[in-house]
Amino acid sequence: ASCVQHRLVVRDVSSLQVRQLYTCLDQIQYIEWSSDSLFILCAMYKRGIVQVWSLEQPEWHCKIDEGSAGLVASCWSPDGRHILNTTEFHLRITVWSLCTKSVSYIKYPKACQQGVVFTKDGRYMAVAERRDCKDFISIFVCSNWQLLRHFDTETQDLFGIEWAPNGCVLAAWDSCLEYKLLLYSLDGRLLSSYRAYEWPLGIKSVAWSPSSQFLAIGSFDEKVRILNHVTWKKITEFEHPATVASKKTIVYKEVEKSPSVETETLSFPPTRALASSLFSTQSKYEISQVPVSLQYIKPVADRANPKMGVGMLAFSADNCFLATKNDNIPNAVWIWDIRRLKLLVVLEQLCPVQCFQWDPRQPRLALCTASSRVYLWSPAGCVAVQVPGEGDFQIVSLSWHSSGDSMVLLSKDNFCVCYLEREEV
Amino acid sequence: MGDWKTITVPVLSSDSKSIFQYTSERKRSPISMNSQVLRLPLPSSKNMHSFFSAFCTEENIEQSISYVDKELTTLGFPSIYAESKGKELNLISIINCMNELLALQHKNLRAQEEVEMQHLKLGSDMDHLQNCYAKLKEQLELSKREIVGLQERDRQLQSKNRNLHQLLKNEKDEVQKLQNIISSRATQYNHDMKRKEREYNKLKERLRQLVMNKKDKKIAMEVLNYVGRADGKRGAWRTDKTEARNEEEMYKVLLSDYEQRQKQLLVENAELKKVLQQMKKEIISLLPPQKQKPKERSEDGLVLSDLEEDIGELNKENMWELSCETVREQLTNSIRKQWRMLKNHVEKLDNQVSRGHSGAWNEKDVISREDHELETEKLELEIQQCKEMIKTQQQLLQQQLTCDDETTLLLQDCYLLEERERLQEEWRLFREQKKNFEKERRSFTEAAIRLGLERKAFEEDRGTWLKQQFLSMTADCKHSENVTTPSAFFRSKYLAQIMFLYSSDQDNWLVKSTSQQRKPPSVLNGPVSAEPCQTSQYITHNSVESKEIAGDSMPNLWMESDDKEETE
Repeated sequence: ASCVQHRLVVRDVSSLQVRQLYTCLDQIQYIEWSSDSLFILCAMYKRGIVQVWSLEQPEWHCKIDEGSAGLVASCWSPDGRHILNTTEFHLRITVWSLCTKSVSYIKYPKACQQGVVFTKDGRYMAVAERRDCKDFISIFVCSNWQLLRHFDTETQDLFGIEWAPNGCVLAAWDSCLEYKLLLYSLDGRLLSSYRAYEWPLGIKSVAWSPSSQFLAIGSFDEKVRILNHVTWKKITEFEHPATVASKKTIVYKEVEKSPSVETETLSFPPTRALASSLFSTQSKYEISQVPVSLQYIKPVADRANPKMGVGMLAFSADNCFLATKNDNIPNAVWIWDIRRLKLLVVLEQLCPVQCFQWDPRQPRLALCTASSRVYLWSPAGCVAVQVPGEGDFQIVSLSWHSSGDSMVLLSKDNFCVCYLEREEV
Repeated sequence: MGDWKTITVPVLSSDSKSIFQYTSERKRSPISMNSQVLRLPLPSSKNMHSFFSAFCTEENIEQSISYVDKELTTLGFPSIYAESKGKELNLISIINCMNELLALQHKNLRAQEEVEMQHLKLGSDMDHLQNCYAKLKEQLELSKREIVGLQERDRQLQSKNRNLHQLLKNEKDEVQKLQNIISSRATQYNHDMKRKEREYNKLKERLRQLVMNKKDKKIAMEVLNYVGRADGKRGAWRTDKTEARNEEEMYKVLLSDYEQRQKQLLVENAELKKVLQQMKKEIISLLPPQKQKPKERSEDGLVLSDLEEDIGELNKENMWELSCETVREQLTNSIRKQWRMLKNHVEKLDNQVSRGHSGAWNEKDVISREDHELETEKLELEIQQCKEMIKTQQQLLQQQLTCDDETTLLLQDCYLLEERERLQEEWRLFREQKKNFEKERRSFTEAAIRLGLERKAFEEDRGTWLKQQFLSMTADCKHSENVTTPSAFFRSKYLAQIMFLYSSDQDNWLVKSTSQQRKPPSVLNGPVSAEPCQTSQYITHNSVESKEIAGDSMPNLWMESDDKEETE
């Protein structure tokens, strides 16, 4: 599904044929599929309206109007039948039910990066709240929206919460002014709290491993600390120095190949294909010899939210690899082998890395810089793929299909789907 | 000799000047004692020769002679006078005295020379010493200046050191101050933030109230029709029961997670214990060495017996699956013990090699150099291998024993993942096989049913055929012997019973054969359809045989019955 202005276009994945076309009342800001893929919600924040469309019954429609309360965020519940709207100024979260047209309110939600999280099996929902200058977390049962547990957290300013994939542990971390990570069990008990250091800027990103065995914490001091699920203590630290010196790491460097142009075949006016090939440069990966020094950028010291530290973390689906990005070295992606707790590969790109995502089935990483190439890495090797087409297609973000066979590449105005062939074994 | 006061005594030679002086000095002393003596001026050197003659003139010969004699006697020389006669001079003694005086003179000269030499030497020594002294004084001066310079530097450095220490302290103080400032600022910011937040909350409350008031008209949801719930159930009211159920479910989830984890940990522990046991066995097997002195062998033998006892104990305990502290400690202690023994063993090997290098020449002279070198090379290789083995085993042990629990759990988790995948594969295969077996069983039952039906039909056919045969036969009999109908009926009944018996036997036999043939299908994967054909063929064979048997036996029975009848 994709939206253009105020229209919602639903396409088929394998053929990109237009299946349905819906028109909404206003420019759509956010769309989300329901978990059973039957409904799509389109949120228009300016008007405060959410419209829901059904895939099976195109005539069915639903409109939720928040009116003067305003709308800041909207999302589905895991059962695909309730919509949670966050009103302006985070006054409250309204839970609209599509089955019963009933409304529930969650008061005092917290205005933070990740305030509402659902467990992977969709049973429980944790909401971060703040009352009287103190942070609380409420756990609700998603089936009937009953409050299960309500407890306070010892944080100064709760920044984010995340469930472990096994649904039994909730990680809550403080804002970057203080490095504090708290781990709560499903019934609200504090299992452990972790603090690495006191004064410098703290946690930037947090990721659970898919087996819930590890919790990776990326912080502003350019390090990733990994906690284990048995004792909740740090088992190792990963550093991201500007010089990679270890002999066992492979460093792939993206190198530009200038296209060869035969002067005889130049024609005037130049054909489109020729023009694009002249301006778009091919690139490939080369293995650089260790030690390699990477481009290090020191951010301006007097700005808030500086571009330093480990900003992106992702575990692979088979729990074997961790991909990280140090914002001080924006052109490189670091891949760590979790089984050996060592740095495996460093991918050095020509432009800053915008986004990377692991394949949901295999240990394959796709990443994009703001160029017209998508880069894939797997333990077998890595490849740079050019998006064919005219003009410049600057890939800003990408997203894998759940089967791992295709992925969507998004640029500012367009998107394309990249299909990957499955190897016959 | 104060007699000669007035006379200046001439001296013979310059050498005797000293004597003269001496004598004059000697004279002077008594002169001084008397103190009535005129002082005589010392003779100057110019007047030396004149004094030679001045001493003894013609007038005072006797006096001079007696003087000389007195002098000589006082000096220890024999008198120059002849012995008995008064004034006669003994020439021999005079010459002797002269000779002796000359000798004395020479000696004195020599002594004087020596003294002068010594004097010169001493003088040069003194010069030398003075030079040395001067140099040393200079050196002393220099070193004193150096010392002063060094002391200066030392003082400067110390002062610098103190400055640096001071700076360091200052910096530390500053850091502390800054930290305090930071913390105070942080608290201040927090306080301010809280204040602002309270204000903001108040605003939000106000806004909420306003929004709530206005909610009737604007906020609404339009739905065309209600959508069914995803799981098809109806919504439940919020009651205490549901709350309790929620709690229950939550605790169930948590408990299952914990149980799973505990199972994993148990499995891990069991595996680790197994690995440790294996390692222990391997170490034990390594310990009995290849070439050894009997002393060591006995030692190891004793040790081995201890080890075997330990192993026996531990195996027993592990069989009972105790997981208590004592078992764990015993296991680790025994492994450590054996590790140490292995190390000792390798050290001994090392010593042997080194001893072999040095001591071979003394003990075994017979072995040639090449042989010895070969042996040493072999031993070195063995040691290398042993060392590598030890290193790897030490690494393994360290990993297992002394590292964090987390990394061992981590490793075990990875092993578990692999094993789980393998097990899943096996499960899948197993399930497939089960499906196949079910299919085969079904087809077998179908085949058996079909067989039963076929058999029944066949039996019926056979029955009819036999009846016909019998009827034809009895018809013949009737013609020949005029048997009454009751006996014929009885005969037919008897034969029918025989037929039934045979058919039932066939049935049993068939049942047995099919049941026997049903057992092996689990082994055979081959075509199922072939078997019923085979069994049917079998049946036809049997039936043919039985027909023959029946045919054969029937005349006998018939004969018997005939006999019976005849007897009756």
